This record gives sequence, structure tokens and C-alpha cells, in this order.
Amino acid sequence: MSASAIPTPAKRRRTRGPLAKYLNRNRRAISALAIFAVLLIIFTMANPRIFTNPITYRAIFLSLPISLFVVVPLVFIVASGEIDLSFPATAGITSWVFSAAVQSGWEPVAALIPALLLGVVVGLVVGGLVTYVGLSSLVATLGMNFLMRGIINMGTQGVAIQFPQMRTTALWQAFAGRIEGFPVINGFPVHMLWGLGFVALGWMLFNRHRLGIRVQIVGDNPDSAAEMGITVARVKIGAFVFLGIGAALSGVLSVLVNQNWWPTTGDGLLLPALAAVFVGGTPTWGGIGTVVGSSIGAFIIAFIETGIIGAGLTGYVTQFFNGLVIILSLIGHRFNGRRYR
Amino acid sequence: MNNRLVELKNITKSFGNVNALNNVSMEINKPEIVGLIGDNGAGKSTLIKILSGVYAPDSGEIFLHGKQVEGHWSVARAHAAGIETVYQDRALCVQHTIALNIFMGREITGAFGLVKVRKQYEEAERLMREIGFTSRVFTPDSVVATLSGGERQGVAIARALYFEAELLILDEPTNALSLTETQKVYSFMLAAKDKGSSVVFISHNIYHAYDIADRFIILDRGTVVMQVDKSEVESAERLVQHMKDFARAGHAS
Ligand SMILES: Nc1ncnc2c1ncn2[C@@H]1O[C@H](COP(=O)(O)OP(=O)(O)O)[C@@H](O)[C@H]1O
Ligand SMILES: [Mg+2]
Repeated sequence: MSASAIPTPAKRRRTRGPLAKYLNRNRRAISALAIFAVLLIIFTMANPRIFTNPITYRAIFLSLPISLFVVVPLVFIVASGEIDLSFPATAGITSWVFSAAVQSGWEPVAALIPALLLGVVVGLVVGGLVTYVGLSSLVATLGMNFLMRGIINMGTQGVAIQFPQMRTTALWQAFAGRIEGFPVINGFPVHMLWGLGFVALGWMLFNRHRLGIRVQIVGDNPDSAAEMGITVARVKIGAFVFLGIGAALSGVLSVLVNQNWWPTTGDGLLLPALAAVFVGGTPTWGGIGTVVGSSIGAFIIAFIETGIIGAGLTGYVTQFFNGLVIILSLIGHRFNGRRYR
Repeated sequence: MNNRLVELKNITKSFGNVNALNNVSMEINKPEIVGLIGDNGAGKSTLIKILSGVYAPDSGEIFLHGKQVEGHWSVARAHAAGIETVYQDRALCVQHTIALNIFMGREITGAFGLVKVRKQYEEAERLMREIGFTSRVFTPDSVVATLSGGERQGVAIARALYFEAELLILDEPTNALSLTETQKVYSFMLAAKDKGSSVVFISHNIYHAYDIADRFIILDRGTVVMQVDKSEVESAERLVQHMKDFARAGHAS
């Protein structure tokens, strides 16, 4: 018998090999991948020609990165134990600043800077309201969403901004152009690469950087975090700032892709992006999350939209199908474990 | 006195209407084991959380090595000053691994603030081996939620030992432990004292404290009612009697 304050070897537990450990540690992301595989099989059986053709995926990748730029930071927010409903309006207001600057003659690359700065400011304000003022993030961000969209509406009186020349700019080429000279992905949108790069960066930040690890600690147990010297408020504000930056990138990308800014830009992101986070396996209770899983979740949500049409169904079933996938995925993720206490 | 490590002067702390600490003064010398005892709700945990930098006192002063602490005393500053605390709630993140828990708030980082996960794993493994994680089924990658209460307590204690404190504070560390495990914790405390460190051992069980401490500080409803050397009390029973007397006196007044 071990005379330790610590683990007794008396109990026999299964020792696992490295592969089993790897699978176990990444089970949420792997489940998300499995959900995608099931969808892929269903759609491909319905219409093999469409779903074996890369063109189909090109269409998905046109819109997917716009949501990836908010889904990845949302994983941080949810893992920190908070929620955010203000990112659609943040994307709207930051891309408005970008569009107004470009319209008044700024270089698009330069116009990106005030948009990003505004994203940071919004993150600081939202984070400050949640931590220092102590408001519920659910309600505070709901209010911020209305507030910022209201500012847009009052400021623009509903008038959109068009950019017929956007495709000639350096920013468009670099950020929203087309990949050339590669097999299979030739003609794919460049922002697919930016989106994947952002996911990689997010993964690194979440799993390997002090900031992301502290986000998880704070979400798991804020009292423990404080007792170990972590400033909980600062970590949470950091997560909201990251979301502000992501929302700005998302909004600007949407303007580039559509060559148009609307007073409603970003609005359509709210529910699909949140659904992506949870379908991808990030649990609602905080403390843990999966950047890769939730990014696959974003792909699943985008895939459903395209898949429904491709499979020959009418667009009217999209929402029903979305709902079905969300519920079934959550049931699936139950097997990844409940909340530990 | 030149062997004075910490001195608290007139510490007062309230939570709303609750007066948790009233003008508490105490000192900790080097090296010694101080038994901080008192009933549940006496203010023991609040007092050590002030010393560890978790709570700011409403008023009062903290002296370290005879010098008054200036500005905002924080956990980070306490850590830097060599104060390690095993909190009553253990301060763990149960959804995460043993290694992450040991280094939480003090991650080993390299370039760009990237955490050296490998290094943390190795250090945690070494630590687990050294202090008695003999079980092979637990690795630094094991999730804390899969450990028993006593095992979790072990992680919290291991973490405090890892950083080699000058002052080790243990808030009711033996509550979830078996007799043999309790003995092990005592041996850690004695080893720390042998190395020249000081230990504050909190217990509401006086028999536990009597076994191990050199000196006792008794808290009663937020006030220090007695500071006494072990040599001045004949037995644990005497100490219990003192506490009962204070409790009775308190009720009478
Ligand atoms: N964070 C807190 N908020 C409100 N009241 C608290 C808090 N912490 C402690 N108290 C109160 O302060 C008093 C002392 O508590 P505590 O220091 O935990 O006592 P002990 O550790 O001696 O059992 C109790 O009445 C407790 O309810
Ligand atoms: Mg206590």
C-alpha cells in the first residue's frame, strides 16, 4: 500500500497507449469530424456527381472563412465561461468604418487599421461591462448588439456602400482573390487559406499559449484561477478583444467578398456561428473547448446550406435540417462526457 | 527580531455585514510550524487569504522580513516572496490535467509566451515521483476530475511543494485524507521546517494541530484570543479547554 497523500496504486485502472490517449484527448474534435463524415455520406448518396466535384466545395469556402473568423474567438469566449451575442454588430460596425474609409479615398489596406482598432475597443467595452461592471455577458452583449446596429442604422439611414472597383485592389487580391496554379484547389478563394491560417493560430493560442490556457482555467474555476494569481477580469477581457478583432476581420472579409457593405452586414452570422461552436464540440459550461472541432462545426453548418440544394432538396428544408443536425450533434457529444465537478 | 518572517498588524476584513477579522495581529518566525486553530467560521481561511494576496484587507499592515509591504499585495507578489498556499478549496481546475494544474498561473513559457508543455509534463512527472505519486496509472496528463478527494489534495500539496516556499500555508489539508496520508503531509511539513522554511497549518481539529505545531494561534470569531508556545501547554486537552473557555467568554459578553 502506498502511504501517500496522493494516488494509491491499489485501484486497477486501464493504462492506455499513446494513440488511445490522443484520441481521447481530441474526442470532441473527432466527433465533429464524424458528424461531418455522416453528412457527407448522406449527401453523396443523394447526389454523387455534385459531392465528388471540387466546385461544390469551392462555393462553401467562399463563405466559410467569414464565419471562421468569429467562430474561433467564440470558442475562447465560451471556454472562459461567458457568451457573446454582439459580434454580428461588431462585424457590421467595424466593416462600416472600413467601407467609409475606403469610400473617402483610403487605401483598403490602410482602412483595415481603424476597423481592427474599433474591434479592439468594442472588445474592451464589452469585456469591461462583463467583468468590472459585473453584467451578465448574455444580456450585456445582447444590448451591445442592438446598440451598435442602432448606431449603424442612425448613421447610414439604411444606405449601403458599393465597391465596384474592389477587385482591383491589393487587399482584395491578397485577402479575397483566387488561388492560381495549384491542382484541385485551383480557383479556390484565397481566404480559404486565411481562414485555415486563422484556425491554426487560434489552435496555437488556445492550446499552447499562456493566454488560451488561462482562458480555460478561468472558465473552469474562476476562484481557483484567482487563488493562483490569475487576474480573471483581464483574461476574460482578452477573450472579448480577440473576438472584436475576429469580428472586424470577418466583417471586412464579407465586404471584400461581396464588394458591398450593407447596414445589415454581419447580422446573418449570429445563429450559424453560435451553432457551429456547439455542434463542433465546445461544451456550453466553460473551462474546455475545441478550436478545431468548432471550426469543423462551421464547415458542417456551411456544408448543410450547400448540401441541401446540391442534394436536390428545396432551400425550405435548410432550417429544419440545421436544427436536426444541432440536436443530434449535441446528443452525440453527450458521450464525450458531462461536466466534471 | 531577526528571525521574523511575516508580521500581520491590525488586520480587519468584513464581507458585507460579516466581520470576518477584527484587528488581527500575528507573526510567523523562521523556521517554525504555526498551528492556526479555531472553529469553523472563525476567520482562519480569510486571514491566510489576505496573507496570500487573494483578498485585500480593509485595513492593517503586512510586514515581510521586517519591511512593510507597500502598494497592492497580490498573489503574484506573495508567490514571488516565497509564500505558497494550499487552499481549503484546493484551487484546482478539475477538467484539466495534473500538469496544467501544477503550473496554472505560473506556466513555463518560451518565446512569444508559448507554454513549454513538454517541460511542464516532465517537471510534473518528476514531482509526482519525488513526493509519492507512486501509482503508474496516473500521469501528469491525467485529468483531475478522475482523481479521488485525497488524490486531488495531493495535487494541491505537490504544487505548493514544487515551488519551494519560504512560507508554506496549508488550510485544512488533512480533511479528505486517510491516517497514512495525513502522516505523509506531516512529514512534508517537518521536511520544510528542516530546510529552514516556515509552515502555517490550519485545522479546526486541535488534536491534529497539537501533534505537529511548535506554536499555536487561536482565532475566535475574527479575533486572536491566544498565542502560545507548545511548551506552555501540557496537552491537546488543555488547548481544547482554552478554546472552550474563550467560546464561553465570548457568548457571555
Ligand atoms: N468570500 C466571502 N464572502 C462572504 N463571506 C465570507 C467570505 N469568506 C468568508 N466569509 C465569512 O467570513 C467568516 C469567516 O470565514 P472563514 O475565514 O472561511 O472561516 P474559517 O476558515 O475559520 O472556517 C464566516 O462567517 C464566513 O461566512
Ligand atoms: Mg476555512
